[in-house]
Amino acid sequence: MSEKEIIDRLKKIVEPYVQRVEGLQNFQENTDFLNDLEINSANLVDVVLDVEDEFDIEIDNDSLEGMLTVGDAKSIIQNKIKAG
Amino acid sequence: MDKKDILKHLPYSKPFLFVDKILEINENSVTGQYTFSPEHDFYKGHFKANPLTPGVILTECMAQIGVVCLGIFLLNKDKIISGRPNIALSSSEVEYFKSVIPGETVKVVSEKQYFRFNKLKCKVSMFNNSEELVCRGVIAGMILDKERNE
Repeated sequence: MSEKEIIDRLKKIVEPYVQRVEGLQNFQENTDFLNDLEINSANLVDVVLDVEDEFDIEIDNDSLEGMLTVGDAKSIIQNKIKAG
Repeated sequence: MDKKDILKHLPYSKPFLFVDKILEINENSVTGQYTFSPEHDFYKGHFKANPLTPGVILTECMAQIGVVCLGIFLLNKDKIISGRPNIALSSSEVEYFKSVIPGETVKVVSEKQYFRFNKLKCKVSMFNNSEELVCRGVIAGMILDKERNE
């Protein structure tokens, strides 16, 4: 799966949880879930559960703690797909 | 952890404790009950000369039994807590069908949707003594940190 494809699918997943819609216009690796998209920690849990379903992977507590930006999420997804 | 121990771990007290008894609990669901005392202060104003239990209080009762009691059970099962966890409501979406008058006893039934990353999300329903559906919805809560210093 290409990086672009992962990021496109990720964007679709996060859309319903975004509070700051302007943050979606420039959705790229540096986009920060909390600061740019204003997704709070409770909603980030739902994002992660949707990511698990979409990519058929399992994300652990440590991975979630390191998932601050779209780039972090992309790397976690890539690693899990490789490991799976 | 037995049903009575769960009540001891609840971080609420009168006048904001809305759980009397846990009837059944396991890792996927909980059933509990509460009787709305006519002495509650809010009946004086909701409504004038027509006391009915406010929807927000019904929601609170559903959250305390359906999410907080179940959460305490789950945390204790995994030995994550010994004291009182620092918790917060994170979302609620509730529909209301019947009113609850002062003195009425309600039963709350909750089913876990998931408990992941310190967030517990449940499908919760409330029934009156005639087994009629009072309200139902989806309520979620978070543990902010594992334990409060006591």
